Amino acid sequence: MATNVYMEALSPTMEEGRVAKWHKRDGDAVKTGETLAEVETDKAVMDLVARADGVLRQVAVAEGQTVPVGSVVAVIAAPGETVGATAASAPPPAPVPSGSGKRETGNVATMTAPAPVVVAPLPATAPSDATRVKASPLARRMAKEAGVDLKLVTGSGPGGRVVKKDLERAPSTAPAPPFPISRFPLPERSAAPYDDVPLTQIRKTIAKRLATSLGPIPHFFLTTEVDMERASEARDALNKQLGDRGKVSFNDIVIKATALALGTHRACNAWFQEDHIRYWNEVHIGMAVAVEDGLITPVIRSADLKSLGEIGREAKDLAEKARNRRLQPNEYTGATFSVSNLGMFDIDQFTAVINPPEAGIIAVGSIVQKPVVLDGQVTARRRMRLTMSCDHRVIDGATGAAFLQTLKQMLENPLAMLL
Amino acid sequence: MATLTYRDALNQALREEMQRDPNVFLMGEEVGVYQGAYKVSRGLLEEFGPQRIVDTPIAELGFAGIGVGAAMAGLRPVIEFMTWNFAVLALDQIVNSAAKILYESGGQVPIPIVFRGPNGAALQLAAQHSQAWESWLAHIPGLKVVAPATPADAKGLLKSAIRDNNPVIVLEGEMLYNIKGEVPEGEHIVPIGRAEVKRPGSDVTLICHSKTVAVSLKAAEQLAEHEGASAEVLDLRSLRPLDEAAILESVARTNRAVVVEEGWPQSGIGAQVVDVIQREAFDQLDAPVLRVTQADVPMPYNKQLERLAKPSAERVVAAARRVLYLD
Repeated sequence: MATNVYMEALSPTMEEGRVAKWHKRDGDAVKTGETLAEVETDKAVMDLVARADGVLRQVAVAEGQTVPVGSVVAVIAAPGETVGATAASAPPPAPVPSGSGKRETGNVATMTAPAPVVVAPLPATAPSDATRVKASPLARRMAKEAGVDLKLVTGSGPGGRVVKKDLERAPSTAPAPPFPISRFPLPERSAAPYDDVPLTQIRKTIAKRLATSLGPIPHFFLTTEVDMERASEARDALNKQLGDRGKVSFNDIVIKATALALGTHRACNAWFQEDHIRYWNEVHIGMAVAVEDGLITPVIRSADLKSLGEIGREAKDLAEKARNRRLQPNEYTGATFSVSNLGMFDIDQFTAVINPPEAGIIAVGSIVQKPVVLDGQVTARRRMRLTMSCDHRVIDGATGAAFLQTLKQMLENPLAMLL
Repeated sequence: MATLTYRDALNQALREEMQRDPNVFLMGEEVGVYQGAYKVSRGLLEEFGPQRIVDTPIAELGFAGIGVGAAMAGLRPVIEFMTWNFAVLALDQIVNSAAKILYESGGQVPIPIVFRGPNGAALQLAAQHSQAWESWLAHIPGLKVVAPATPADAKGLLKSAIRDNNPVIVLEGEMLYNIKGEVPEGEHIVPIGRAEVKRPGSDVTLICHSKTVAVSLKAAEQLAEHEGASAEVLDLRSLRPLDEAAILESVARTNRAVVVEEGWPQSGIGAQVVDVIQREAFDQLDAPVLRVTQADVPMPYNKQLERLAKPSAERVVAAARRVLYLD
């Protein structure tokens, strides 16, 4: 019996997907779990895998084409089976058990990650069911609270139902698997006066998300200048000590100090939630990373509890994954506050756009030597400007200023971070 | 604490309440001279005399009606039925008189009466004498229904029933009368409407009452031994009012439940419990709630068929395995 291949929801917010590349062609034999195509979601490039053994037929979506989640993109025919006209018009397969009596489960790893992050089997009914996940009410609640996408969890219950124990096997610690890095065609230079480039999924998401920020959110901005002389000395000393065991960057120091300062200014570590404000007791710092064609904010979880070395290693790893578009959904969701740094581009000062539902973001400028009056003497000091964007629905001027003052004091006296 | 049989615990409750309040009296078939069909009233005729320990003809509707009249007049009758299978004959007095008079008198005439006797199957008493009536009785507003599983609960709940100003149904069990357990002496009261955790556990709640408490405890032991699963045994004790808070508290911890009862599946007590759980604990559930009941047939007389028709530890274990996703 033929099995439909659906465009699957491969990220929590994915509504449509663009087939970046077919790995299999019409007529190719495919095995359950094999990668059929690379799909560009709104966040990353993910693998669409086969959920049945057979022969790929009726490829209905060309490379570069975007279709909504739940669309039939091809079918997998049983070997020797002939299938009808086109995939899209094919009637949904009847729920008859196949000749071998084998159930059509699809407990197959997606995103090429090793278990335990696997996709729930899809019901072999109408396309509209492709995104339906069977889960116990408890599992739904737990997934919601943990920010886990149920579609990425294998259900071990009857009929693939996701149950409590499936969610207790936390997926986040699995080592990152090798992932095909896809190339994104840049517009070639031509004689035409302009080129229209279709929005990529990530660009669409950025547009959609950020338009919900600066418009509806009543932003205000607070700027302070921080003396980075001591932090620079501390960093030099630390890096000398670390040797080839890694490097601590200024950004790592800012992330650590921000996380610590948020610990004592809970009012700034919050989400605006329409009818309530969620004050977070954990501190998860989103770190804006520029990637080709956009930006993404991977999250350093519990940054207040991690050492500078740990933050440094994690930040480096996440930034690299982000640039290679290999971030897993759980690596870029759930930040409670963000840091954006344009210091390396010689930007003195800028304002960053809040990443909702977070209530604040710190924009970090470059470190510049300037003449400063110290004890009545003009001396050269390394200085850095921090600008905090605040959601006025959550943070008031004085609240934000008090937080910024703590942050400044921490950076100016890095030893305070040890307290 | 003394170890007593269930029958002696009931006897103690009756004796203490009759000593405490001269308005309490016992009436029913064979309760006096014969000292009770199951010897629950042993020694009571001798102590309290024939005015307060009243033997009746075989006329359930008649003596239930006399009891209701006595309660209207201010006494506190305890009506013993030789079995609830015979009490069906008295249902008009129980349902249409005892349960309605307070309401229909605009709250002027309370009916402080207890109807008690063995309920459910014993061994090979055949279809007409092996029935569990709790869902019939718990259905009726105006009645309270309790079903103690242990000697201590039997004493404490019967005392509460006698002191209650409403008609209270006490469901006992022929197979329970001989079981032994520690019973606190003197003033031991178990409030009506309170369930009790008979065995704490964390993975699944076995919700039960009366004889099925022992069945569930046995199942919990087997689950611990063979499956490594920790089952909580929640004894409802009262079926009306139902201790919804205790059910929800337990299910919130275990996320899974099996309801065990002696009655038939259709419209059973378990159906009511499942309703409470799905309505109030929907987001706590990790699996559908399953029920273990008597098979949906008149009780077979054949010994093997009877054993298979009754809820058993094996069937409870099988249901628990399913809600634990062990199958």
